[in-house]
Order: sequence, then C-alpha cells, then structure tokens
Amino acid sequence: MQVYLDNNATTMCDPQVVEAMQPFFSELYGNPNSLHKFGTASHPALSKAIDQAYTALNAADADDIVFTSCATESNNWVLQSVFTDHIVNGDKNHIVTTEVEHPSVLSTCKFLEEQGVKVTYLPVNDQGVVEPHTVKSFITEKTALVSIMWASNETGMINPIDEIGIICKEKGVLFHSDAVQAVGKIPVDLQATHVDFVSFSAHKFHGPKGIGGLYIKDSQDLSPLLHGGEHMGGRRSGTLNVPYIVGMGLAMELATKNIQATMSSIRAKRDRLEDALLELSDTFTVGDRANRTPNTILISIKGVEGEGMLWDLNNGQIGASTGSACASEDLEANTVMLAIGADNELAHTGIRLSLSRFTTDAEIDYTIAHFKDAVARLRNISSSFAKQQPTKGGEAQACEMH
Amino acid sequence: MAKADILGDSLWDAYSDKVTTLMNNPQHQGELFQGEVEKRGNKLIVADFGAESCGDAVRLYWEIDPATDTIVNSKFKSFGCGTAIASSDVMTELCIGKTVQEAVKITNIDVELALRDTPDVPAVPPQKMHCSVMAYDVIKKAAGLYMGVDAESFEEEIIVCECARVSLNTLKEVIKLNDLHTIEEITDYTKAGGFCKSCIKPGGHEAREWYLVDILADTRKEMDEEKMKAAADAQAAGGGNFEEMTLVQQIKAVDAIIDENVRQFLIMDGGDMEIIDIKKNDGYIDIYIRYLGACNGCASSATGTLYAIESTLKEKLSSNIRVLPI
Repeated sequence: MQVYLDNNATTMCDPQVVEAMQPFFSELYGNPNSLHKFGTASHPALSKAIDQAYTALNAADADDIVFTSCATESNNWVLQSVFTDHIVNGDKNHIVTTEVEHPSVLSTCKFLEEQGVKVTYLPVNDQGVVEPHTVKSFITEKTALVSIMWASNETGMINPIDEIGIICKEKGVLFHSDAVQAVGKIPVDLQATHVDFVSFSAHKFHGPKGIGGLYIKDSQDLSPLLHGGEHMGGRRSGTLNVPYIVGMGLAMELATKNIQATMSSIRAKRDRLEDALLELSDTFTVGDRANRTPNTILISIKGVEGEGMLWDLNNGQIGASTGSACASEDLEANTVMLAIGADNELAHTGIRLSLSRFTTDAEIDYTIAHFKDAVARLRNISSSFAKQQPTKGGEAQACEMH
Repeated sequence: MAKADILGDSLWDAYSDKVTTLMNNPQHQGELFQGEVEKRGNKLIVADFGAESCGDAVRLYWEIDPATDTIVNSKFKSFGCGTAIASSDVMTELCIGKTVQEAVKITNIDVELALRDTPDVPAVPPQKMHCSVMAYDVIKKAAGLYMGVDAESFEEEIIVCECARVSLNTLKEVIKLNDLHTIEEITDYTKAGGFCKSCIKPGGHEAREWYLVDILADTRKEMDEEKMKAAADAQAAGGGNFEEMTLVQQIKAVDAIIDENVRQFLIMDGGDMEIIDIKKNDGYIDIYIRYLGACNGCASSATGTLYAIESTLKEKLSSNIRVLPI
C-alpha cells in the first residue's frame, strides 16, 4: 500500500475532473476570443465553470472571479497592483501581513519593502492564529492593504477572517486573503465575509496544477499584472486556459457541494489518526482541532528529527511533510513553528500529515502502524532517549540560538 | 540557472549509497554502559554535543583501553536527519582502533569523505554538508574528558563561526577544496554563517574578530597567488601548461623560447623581433610579433622564418599557437 498524506502541498486531480477537461484539448480547441464557431464552441463550458466558481465561493454577480495561472500569481497581482495603485500613485505607504504567510506573499512583501513600502509582519498566538485586535492596532491612515491567509498550510489553523474583514471595512482598508488552504476544505462564503481580494488554486482541491483564481469584490479597480490582449475584460491577459478552467470549475463544485458531509468524513479519519498518534509518549499536536482545517495534523514527536521521520515514512510508502529546518535549504528553524511560540524543538520535530476526501480508513490504519514503527526505530537511535548518562562534564551546553 | 538547474535537485537522490544504507541501518548505533566497560577493565567516556532544540544532537561513547589509550569500541546515539545519523555512524567507525590522540585529528571533512561512494563525488548535496559538522566537536569533547583537559585545549584553531563552531582552517580548506566563490556556498558547505549571521560581515549583532567575507577574499587571493606561483614554478622547471599561464608568464615563456632558438639567427642576419601581444582567439593562442631591423620587409619573414618561429613555439609551448606578424 502507498499512502499520500501531503494534500496541503498538492492533491490528486479527481479523475472526473480529468475527464471533463479531455474534450478541450483536441476536439474543442478554439480560442474562445475568436468569432468563429471553433472559438465559441467552448463558451458553454466556460460559462458553466464560471457559474461553478461563483457558486463555490458564494460570490455576488457584481464581483469578479478572474482566472490566473496559480495562487502565486494571484497573490503577486494583489500586492504589486495595490502598490502601484495606492502607494506609487496614491498617498498610502504601508501593508499589514503576518509572519506565517506563504512565500508568494512574504517574498513579494520583502520585494516591496526594497521599493520603500513599510510592511508590518504580525505575529500569531500560540494557536498559530492572528488575533483581530492585533490587526486593528497596526492599521494606520497610511495602510493600503491587509493581507492575511485564510488558513495555514503548515498548521491548518483558521484565522478569524470574518472579524478581520469587519475591521478592515470599518477602517476603510483593502483586505486580501490567500485562501489556498481554505477553498474546498472549509466553507468560504464571500457574501457573508467581507474580503476585497481572495486567492485560490485548483490543485489544492483536486483540480489540475497551473490554474487558480483571484476574487475581486464589487469588480473594484486593480491594475492588471499581465498586460496584453483584452482577455477577461482586460483584467488578466493571456489566452484563456480552457481545459484547465473547465477542470477547476468542476473541481470547485465537487469540493464544495456537500462540504459539511465531506468535512465530517475527513475529520473523522483525521481525528482517528491524530488520537492514535498521540498515544505515543512525548508527542503533541499544534492547534485546537475545532479551529483547524479538518484534514491537517501537525505533530511533534520528541527525539525524532523531522527529516529523519519523513525518510522512514517514505521507506514505508507514506508521503508526508515536515517544516523541519534540516529538510529545507534554509538553516533557520521554521518560522511558522517558531511563530507559534513553541520552543525550537517543535521546529525540528514537526511532521505534517494532510488528508483528502480520497484518504481511506485502510490507509489510516496502515499509516498508524508504520508511523509507530518509524518512531520506535528512530527513538531507538535517538540521543534523546539514551540511558547511559554522559561522563561528568560531557553534558551538552544548551543550544544557543543567536 | 541553466537547463540542469530548472527542476532543481531531489535532495535525497543526491545522497551517496553509503549515506542511504547507513541511515537505514546504522552499524554503530547503540550504547555502552559503565558497568560492562569497567568489567573489561576499560574506561567509558560519554560525550554529548548539540541539542534537540538546535536540530542536531549526538552522544558519543568510547570504550578506552587505559594501557594504550586505544578506543576499542565506540557507539553513538543521534537526534538528527539521515545525514546526521549516517555521519555519526561513520565518525564512530573512524574512531574504533585509534588512540585518543589519533582520534582528535579526525575532522568533519574526513567524515564526509568516508561517506562518499567514489572519491570525487560528494556524499551529500552542499546544503546538507553541515550535518557532519558535529563530529569534530564531539570527538574533542570526549578526548578532553578522557585526558582530563579542557576540550578547548585541542583548539589550536581560531573559531570563526561560533554557532556552527567552524574554524578558520576548516573554512580555508573547504573554500580551496571545493573552489567556493560565495558566502552562500560557504554556508551550504560548512553551516558557518547560517545562524546568527554575525560572522558573515561587520555590522551583525555581535562584533567578530574574523568575517567570512574577508576570509573568502583572502583565500581566493591566496588561491590565485598559489595558482600563479604553480604556473611560474612549472615554467621555471621547463614545463607547465602554457595555456593556463597568465599573460605575463606567457610573454616570458615565448621570449625564453625565442631567445634560445630563434633570436640568434635573426641577429646574424642583422634583424630582430619583439612580442607585441598574446591573445586567446577561438581556441587558438595568437602571438602578435613585430620584426625589427633587416627582418622588417625581408621576403622570408612572411614565409620560412615565420614558419620556423611558429613551429618552434608550437613544439615547445602549445600546438594551438599561431604567430601573426604585424
């Protein structure tokens, strides 16, 4: 058996989605902007996909949902165009975001800082969540944009987007949320929640890679990132990626219809897995389950370094993920983990398991068994569980992270 | 970036087979206990280095025969990634059979070399090189405990990066061995500069005596000087690769050949020649010369004499030489 538990990184494309995309490669391949029938042949399918996207997010007809290549593009678009529209060509100079955003937000913010923009990186609390009053206290008259992720890729923790939306609306500040880990995992209702811009990506909810979108409330102004032909009302140029838009539309529908039922099914498996792993001594998971995406577990296993654990899981045909510094090219401990406020240990022992609606009970059983075996093997090697104490004077100095 | 870098390396695929094998099945993982070791009349030394909160921790066990100071058995325990476990295993292997005094000479680089499948292919990709960085420290600590001296006393070296405990000599050696050009490469290879960053350049939160930027510049300068010296030595010894010489060295080499083989004949005919310039050109080395005195305008200067000069230089220095009179 092989088990894929890295669904926060990417998901399997649903075979129904692949099937729906199929006709738009070699049969209905016309450019939808063309006047002839080859071009217009794809219009019904595109209209359907647009309907599916609006329904999935409960967007109002007056809002825009623009198709992009991925959420990285959507995030770049919002940040760079707010910079152009409200900072270069306006009187604002400040952006508020968090320490735990995806690199497509953080790196863009760093880039904008080099252009002279002031950026505030808000901390998260010990639950990995941004507190609304913190957001409120950092908004100034110069603030152009607040950008806060809907849910965390690493911890699954869900930010209070409703409350932050209200604060931003009251303060008259634009609000963007990277909802890559929320759309398809938890309900996202953009008529109930006030957000100006929302980024999402199809491959996180069983759609294809290379297609995403940006929701723009009330079709408000936002300079294009990609200039060119007048596609999508001039908002985003580039020939429409017809098969992928069709695929994303269906994927959004499949992921959001009956979302409550899907969530409880995934949550039941997740909770069973989490409970079983927590039977191991000296382990803990991050964040209250009730406020977490129902598919995610971030578990710390004392004495077992994250990359070593991934290695053993991989040998057991299980794909998971670690925020361990050791597994990345950056030697610094994982910022998300450190931001949660747990000590450095978690930053080196965290393993993330993320399920999907395709995860089976048999896979959960298999994972529990292999996970426990791997922990037993690695703890047997681990210095943290050694019995013979060091020679007097041979104890390690406490690690000083400078 | 280029074609080979577009996808990026798969970290684990870049590990040597030895690293993979030892991670899956470390040979010297385990513990030695006080009671058992004493029963055999030997001395047990147990030393820790690193901590879980640092991301790497190792505990090294030595069973030492006090009569000979020989490490007769050694074990380790490690909190770390696959590379850390494999390098701890190899470190332990390297200790067994050595005297404590010999073991102190084992370096992190020795450990990495021992993990290679083939001598010239690194055992792990550059960003994982730092995982073998603890071997030297934990061995020194164990040796200090055994000999009743401070581990620092083995430290004849200057520590540049305190966080990763990387010495000046290690840095110089790694820069030279791997032909490193940037601070990022140094951090990948040694972990130096990866933490508090104070040692990278002045202006960090802690003033340092040595900075990586200076060490890199000085070492590169040393390397250039060594290269030039090597070329000059080779030339003095009558050999050396002409194409790798500096321009000045090339001019001297050409002059020496001309002096020895050609000039006397030109002077006999009332002429001479001088070298104007040497340029690399599409795989050739073009030597521009000017004829002087009677040679200037002599019919043979463009045919027989030129041919003789060119073939002499080709034979003595490089077959890619072309001689061009101007």
